[in-house]
Amino acid sequence: MFSLPYVAQQVVNGLTLGSIYALVAIGLTIVYGILRLINFAHGDLLMVGAYLALALLLNTALPLGAAVLLPMIVVGGVGVLVERLAYRPLRGAPEVAMLITSLAVSSVIQNGTIMTLSAQPRAFRLPQGLIAQHQVGVVSFSTLDAVSVALAVGLMALLTLFVTRTRVGIAMRACAENLRAARLMGININQVIAYAFAIGSALAAAAGFMWAGRFGSIEPFMGFLPGLKAFVAAVIGGIGSIPGAMLGGYLLGFAEIFFVGFLPPELSGYRDAFVFALLLLVLLVRPRGLLATGVEREG
Amino acid sequence: MLLEVENLSVYYDSIQALKGISLQVDSGELVTIVGSNGAGKTTTLLTISGILRPRRGTVCFQGQDITRLAPHEIVRRGISHCPEGRQIFTGLTVLENLLMGAYHRQDRDQMARDLVWVQDLFPVLAARRRQLAGTLSGGEQQMLAIARALMSRPKVLLLDEPSLGLAPMLVDTIFEVIQQLRAQGVTILLVEQNAYQALRIADRAYVLETGVIKLSGPVQELARNEEVKKAYLGG
Amino acid sequence: MNKNTLFYLALLTGLLFLAQSLLNDYYQRVLAVVFINIILTVSLNLTNGFVGDFSLGHAAFMSIGAYLSAVLTLPPASKAGLMPELPAWLGQLEVPFLAATILGGLLAALVAAIVGIPVLRLRGHYLAVATLGLMVIVRVVAINWTAVTRGAKGINGLPAFTNLWWVFGWAVVAVYVIWRLVNSPYGRAMIAIREDATAAAARGVNVTVHRMLAFCVGAFFAGIAGALWGHLITAITPHSFSFLITFNVVVMLVVGGMGSVSGSILGATVMTLVPEFLRRVETSLSLGGHPLYGLSQIIIAVTITLVMIFRRQGLLGGREVQLPRLFDRGRVVTRAKIETIG
Repeated sequence: MFSLPYVAQQVVNGLTLGSIYALVAIGLTIVYGILRLINFAHGDLLMVGAYLALALLLNTALPLGAAVLLPMIVVGGVGVLVERLAYRPLRGAPEVAMLITSLAVSSVIQNGTIMTLSAQPRAFRLPQGLIAQHQVGVVSFSTLDAVSVALAVGLMALLTLFVTRTRVGIAMRACAENLRAARLMGININQVIAYAFAIGSALAAAAGFMWAGRFGSIEPFMGFLPGLKAFVAAVIGGIGSIPGAMLGGYLLGFAEIFFVGFLPPELSGYRDAFVFALLLLVLLVRPRGLLATGVEREG
Repeated sequence: MLLEVENLSVYYDSIQALKGISLQVDSGELVTIVGSNGAGKTTTLLTISGILRPRRGTVCFQGQDITRLAPHEIVRRGISHCPEGRQIFTGLTVLENLLMGAYHRQDRDQMARDLVWVQDLFPVLAARRRQLAGTLSGGEQQMLAIARALMSRPKVLLLDEPSLGLAPMLVDTIFEVIQQLRAQGVTILLVEQNAYQALRIADRAYVLETGVIKLSGPVQELARNEEVKKAYLGG
Repeated sequence: MNKNTLFYLALLTGLLFLAQSLLNDYYQRVLAVVFINIILTVSLNLTNGFVGDFSLGHAAFMSIGAYLSAVLTLPPASKAGLMPELPAWLGQLEVPFLAATILGGLLAALVAAIVGIPVLRLRGHYLAVATLGLMVIVRVVAINWTAVTRGAKGINGLPAFTNLWWVFGWAVVAVYVIWRLVNSPYGRAMIAIREDATAAAARGVNVTVHRMLAFCVGAFFAGIAGALWGHLITAITPHSFSFLITFNVVVMLVVGGMGSVSGSILGATVMTLVPEFLRRVETSLSLGGHPLYGLSQIIIAVTITLVMIFRRQGLLGGREVQLPRLFDRGRVVTRAKIETIG
C-alpha cells in the first residue's frame, strides 16, 4: 500500500484537490478580510462556473481555454452584482444580518439553477485530450491534473502580482488590514470591494471547472461542501491572508487525500467529518491560523 | 477661509459627542484643538474627513459644502487625515504605505517628487522603505503616518494626537517636524492632549471640553488664560 | 400557570378538535408541520436569539433525534429485516413513542453538550461554521454507520405515530419550558450575554454555563422535533435533515423576530403556511411549459434578504405579544407594582 507509485499518486491527487481548495479559499479570505463577511454563497459560484463551462463545452465549438475563461469573467460579474445588491446595503449592519443574507443569496443561486435547469446531476464530460493519462517516472497523472495545477499556480501568481504591484491590489491588502484608515487615505472602498468580489468569484469559477472535471458530474448543490471546506482551508492558513489561503488550501487538500489514501478504506467515508474535526482543532489551538496577519476578528 | 466648521452636532447612537461646535482654519495657519480625553477632538476630525456624518451643521472647504461627501472625495479635494494611533498598514511596506497615501493621485511626476520630499523630511523612512511597516518603532510609525498623509498633497493636514504614546524625545522631534511642515506652507489642524507643546507651535487654538468649544483665540491669549493654565498647562 | 394561560390553552385545544374533524389529511399535515416548526423555531431562538450564539446546527440535532427514536420504535421484526447488523439488545427493543421521542431529544442534548465544550468557545461567524461542520459530521456518520442507520438508504416504515395531538402537546411543552427559562434569571443572564458578554462576565454571570444551557435545551427540542418529523413522514435519510431545513428555521426565526418567543411562534406559522401556499402555486405555474421548481425557495430567500435590509428586527421586533387578559384584570395592577419594586 505504501509503494512509491501509490504515494506519488496521492501527492498528485493532493496537489489537484489542493489547487481547487486554494482557489476557492482565496476568494473567501479576500472578502472576509475586507468586510468580515463569510460569504456562504461563494461555493455556489463554483457551481455556476461549472455549469457555464459545461454549457460552453456542449453547445459551442470554442476552445477549451474559452470554456475556462468566459465563465470566470461572467461569474466575476455575478459576484460584483451580488455584492452590490445584497451585501452593500448591509454595510455596517450586525454580523448576523450579513450572515443570514449570504445564506439567502446562496439559496437564491442554488434554487435559481434548479428552476432554470433542473435538480438532476449532469455529466461533465471533458474533451478526450484532458483525460489522457501520462506517466513520468513513478508518477501517473492526467492532463486535467496538470492543467488544473498549472492554472491554479498561474492564477495565484497573477493575483500575487496584482496585490503587490498595482494600486488597487495594494489597496486591497490595506483595506483588509484597516478599513477605516484606508478610507482616510482616499481609497474608494466600494471600488476595492468590487474588485475583491470580482477576483474571488472568478477564481471560484475556475475551481468549478476543475472540480467538475475531476468528479465528472455537476449538480446545483455541488458548491456547498467545497465552499465550506475552502473556508476551513482559509482558517487554517489564517483568515484574511491571501498566502494563508493558498497554503491552507494545499494543506487541506493533502490532508484530505492522505486521510483517504492511507487509512483503512472503511474510514474513507468519514473524510468530510475529518475535515471539520481539523477545523475545530485549528480554531481551538491556533485560531489565527498558520500565517496570521494583523487582521482582527472574533474567536 | 480655507476650512470652516459651523455648528457641528455629532451623535454616537443617542450620545451627543459634539454639541454645535464651530471653528475655522485659514490658509497657512497652524490651528490646534486641545482638550482632555473624550472631549470630542477625534470626533471633530473624523467628521471633517467624512467618516462620521453630523446630525446638524456643516463643513465647508474652499467655500464648498463637503459635509455629505464620501471620505475618498474629501481626500481628493485636499484634506488629509493622519489618524489617532497612527494606524499605518503594518502588513504593507513603508513604500507601499506611502503609495496608499497618494492613492487618488494621477500626477505621476509630482508624486515621485513628493515621495522624495517626504523621505527627505523623514530620512529614517528612506532607510526602511522596503521594510514592513509593522517592524518600525513607535516614533518611526508616527513619522510614516504623517508622511503617508502628506503624500496626498493636502491643502489641509489633519493631525490627530501625533505625540500619543511617544517618548519625550520623540515628541520633541515630531513637533519639530510639524513646525517644519508649517514653515513649508502646509496648513495644519492639530488635535492634541499635550497642550503645552501644541500651544507652543500653533497660531490659534480652540479648547474643546465635552463636545463644546470652551475657549478660542490666538495662542498668546490662551496661554495667559488662568483656566487654561490650570487645566492643561499644570498651573 | 394562571387562568389566562389555561383559557387560551383550552381554546387552542378546542380549535384543534375542530381541525381534526373538519380538515382533510393534507391540511392536518400542514398544521402538524406548523407545530413542529414552532418547536424548532422557539428552540433555535434560545441560542440564536436570546444568547446571541448563531448556531446553524439545528438539523444535526433533528437528525439525531429522528434516528434514535426510529431505531427505538421500530418493531423487532422490521429491525431484523432492515438492520440485521444491529446489536441484539437494540434489535429486541420496542419503545413506546413518548419514551423514544424523549430519548431522541436527550441524545441530541448530550451530543450538544459534548460538542459544545469546544464549539462554544467560538463566537460569531466561526461558531456558525463550526455548527455547520457539526451538521456535515452527523450526516457523514449517518451515511457511514450503516449497521444502525442503513446508510444512504435511510430508514423507512417508521410507525406513523405522529398526529396533531403529539405535535401540539410537544409544542406547548417547548413553548412553556422556553418561556419560563427566558423569563427566569437564566434567561436574563442569557440576554445579558448577548448584549455584552464581557460585561456580563464581569457582573458574575457564568457565560459558559448559560451558553451551554441554551445550546443543550435547544438541541433537546430539536431532537424532539426530529423524532416527531420522522414519525410523520415515516421515512428518514441522512439527507432529510439538510442545511435547507436549518436555513428555513433561521428564516422563521428572523421573520418572527429574534429574542421573542411569540415572534418565533408567529414566524414559524407564517413561514410554514406561506411557502406551502407558494409551493402549490409553483407546481401549477410554468413559464412556457417549463416547470418552476425552486421558485418558492427563491421567494423566501429574497424576502429574508429584504427583511435583513429593511426590517432586521422581524415582525415583532423582539417584543412579545400580549394576549388580552380576560381574567384577573384586577390583579394585574398589583402584580405590576410588585414587579417594579422587586
